Amino acid sequence: MRRKTLRIAALATATLLALAACGSGDDEGSGSGSGGTTVSEADVQAALEKGGNLTVWAWEPTLKDVVAKFQAKYPNVKVNLVNAGTGNDQYTALQNAIAAGSGVPDVAQIEYYALPQFALAKSVDDLKAYGAEGLDGTFTPGPWASVNTAGGVYGLPMDSGPMALFYNKEVFDKHGIKVPTTWAEYLDAARKLHQADPKAYITSDTGDAGFTTSLIWQAGGKPYKVDGTNVTIDFADAGSTEFATTWQRLISEKLLAPIAGWSDQWYQGLGNGTIATLATGAWMPANFVTGVPGASGKWRVAPMPQWQAGGNASAENGGSSLAMPAKGGNKEIAYGFVKYANAGEGVQTRLDGGAFPATTAELKSEKFLSTEFPYFGGQKANEIFAKSAEQVVTGWSYLPFQVYANSIFNDTVGKAYVSGTTLQDGLNSWQQASAKYGTDQGFSVK
Amino acid sequence: MAVARVATGRGVARRRSLVGWGFVGPFLAVFALVFLAPIGYAIYLSLFRNRLIGGNSFVGLDNYTQALQDSQFWSALGRVALFLAVQVPIMLFLALLVALAIDSGRLYGKSFFRVTIFLPYAVPAVVATLMWGFMYGTRFGLIGNINDALGVTLPDPLSPDLVLASIGNIVTWEFAGYNMLIFYSALRVVPVSLYEAAEIDGAGQFRIIRAIKLPAIRGALVIATIFSVIGSFQLFNEPSILQDIAPNAITTYFTPNLYAYSLSFSGQQYNYSAAVAIVMAVVTMVIAYVVQLRGMRREGQTGIRVERRRGRPRPPALLGRSRR
Repeated sequence: MRRKTLRIAALATATLLALAACGSGDDEGSGSGSGGTTVSEADVQAALEKGGNLTVWAWEPTLKDVVAKFQAKYPNVKVNLVNAGTGNDQYTALQNAIAAGSGVPDVAQIEYYALPQFALAKSVDDLKAYGAEGLDGTFTPGPWASVNTAGGVYGLPMDSGPMALFYNKEVFDKHGIKVPTTWAEYLDAARKLHQADPKAYITSDTGDAGFTTSLIWQAGGKPYKVDGTNVTIDFADAGSTEFATTWQRLISEKLLAPIAGWSDQWYQGLGNGTIATLATGAWMPANFVTGVPGASGKWRVAPMPQWQAGGNASAENGGSSLAMPAKGGNKEIAYGFVKYANAGEGVQTRLDGGAFPATTAELKSEKFLSTEFPYFGGQKANEIFAKSAEQVVTGWSYLPFQVYANSIFNDTVGKAYVSGTTLQDGLNSWQQASAKYGTDQGFSVK
Repeated sequence: MAVARVATGRGVARRRSLVGWGFVGPFLAVFALVFLAPIGYAIYLSLFRNRLIGGNSFVGLDNYTQALQDSQFWSALGRVALFLAVQVPIMLFLALLVALAIDSGRLYGKSFFRVTIFLPYAVPAVVATLMWGFMYGTRFGLIGNINDALGVTLPDPLSPDLVLASIGNIVTWEFAGYNMLIFYSALRVVPVSLYEAAEIDGAGQFRIIRAIKLPAIRGALVIATIFSVIGSFQLFNEPSILQDIAPNAITTYFTPNLYAYSLSFSGQQYNYSAAVAIVMAVVTMVIAYVVQLRGMRREGQTGIRVERRRGRPRPPALLGRSRR
């Protein structure tokens, strides 16, 4: 979603790089690392020294600098960074390329929620063959769990989105509202704010699959259980119901601004104080700076409100990995690049570009933690994000067809926002529609 | 001798037919490549089912039976049919009204008026929809401003109940000018002598419209209706763009085209999507054909009447002259 804002920049850079890469049309690469065989670090290193061409599909803007530095370090490697679309657009292109068996990139950016879909179809390589399981501990638990899917490690985490509560301090101070530490307090704050100023809302929400699943995740719900092709979908578990009950109150009492995220009205609302909070991933700050420049200094960051008073649970919202499509080539170089970008020197490069890391070392580094955000009044927001990253509830899993499930979220759960349907009913029909699709696709869904 | 002559004749005939093929060949090749081949491929695709687990398999007409029993598909079809029944008459009526007004010659600054009405058609549908979407905003958009200024609460144009009407408004705004131009150009070729004769007979303006102008542009009306029928059934741009700002009002199966698009691009159900698209194409063709048949028949009847009244055709050179 936030990528919409990054799309243009990424497209421009990709075009430039594609043009730059056109000049070199040398050998077809040396890599032949087939599935199953183990590739040692030395093999990867040797391949990197020997060189070759590498095609990378990604829309993440900081990768541009990573590619430049990577090529400087390994002058024989030529990386062709292509923006083949953002999110779903890219997955469609990738699926098509895989189905056609040609034009498949060697490395592709895949969001965590979409990765299981590719892993299950074995469209991407299990990186255990390259010793990726040894990187356990390098990454924070949430993202690491996300790439550990279908019995393998199908990508290396690139960034992450541990959640935090962004709030407009000016609005809170004006109405004497305390920063909520639990969702119950959040509900009270919502009532108080809207009563004091009928134009102001605690937050905006028109139904967002990523947000809903993240909050259920934080509440300890595990609606999706995936074991190979056996899938269980159950939105009646404690976490899901807890979320549905609280959020239903916000909807029924009309305490949520009916403004779709990333719309023009939404940016205006964030800027003029009518949308007072935003619970989202740690990648948000850069969007605030570019999208809502007028509100600089008014916003602050707080830890996520808790479902249990005194709790310290968090969840992930968004984030992507770099994976290696099985039909891509130059495997050793590809893995070398993925590791360089996500677990090597590339991480710092991306941090400097404003990305939020998925690696433990960077999250704990003093330099990172002590960064002051002028937009948040000089607050050291990374401390809150880093803590949130450690507190992500474990055991969450997305569906192996989450891309489709998310696309029909507003057909089903969305009804709760605009009609008499309850949120729980909406979740139930989402469950049914998702289960139907899963069954059609050959899964055994319960 | 006779045999030889016949043979030569055949040779000529064959050569002649080959020459004909030579002329239409390039067109046919392109036609086959960009028109027939994709349709053939879509039909081929629609006979299979590719699943995440289990791979690709031939399923015969299963996708079609599924489509015919698919309540989402029928609700989408029902929605565009309703759109067709309400929006198209309104739009064509407005277009006709404007065309008649401009053609009446009593309008001050008619070229300016004509261009202004036509201008929305030149605005890309995407831009038009974004613009209207902004105006429809109840918080910070035009509706919001009106609410604030007048202290009223107008209904939300993007609520599930009203969103179809709101889309109808956008489409009318976009295409009324286009249809107006079709009608207007048809009106321009009506010979002035008819109007003169009508005036001498003492006919009023309304009588002239009913007896001369409307019958004369019946063909244009039929064409405009067919275009609008097809346009309604293919409704996609406007709902697809408004979906971003009204995600709960516009489902992924809001119109048949949007449904086929969602099936294919978010669900990877290319096969089923192809079947839905083909069923939709057949429905559209049938309805457009029915409209055409009815229109043609009527046109045939009135054509004779008009012909009888028209008398001698006017030389083309006079066509451009303004009549007042």
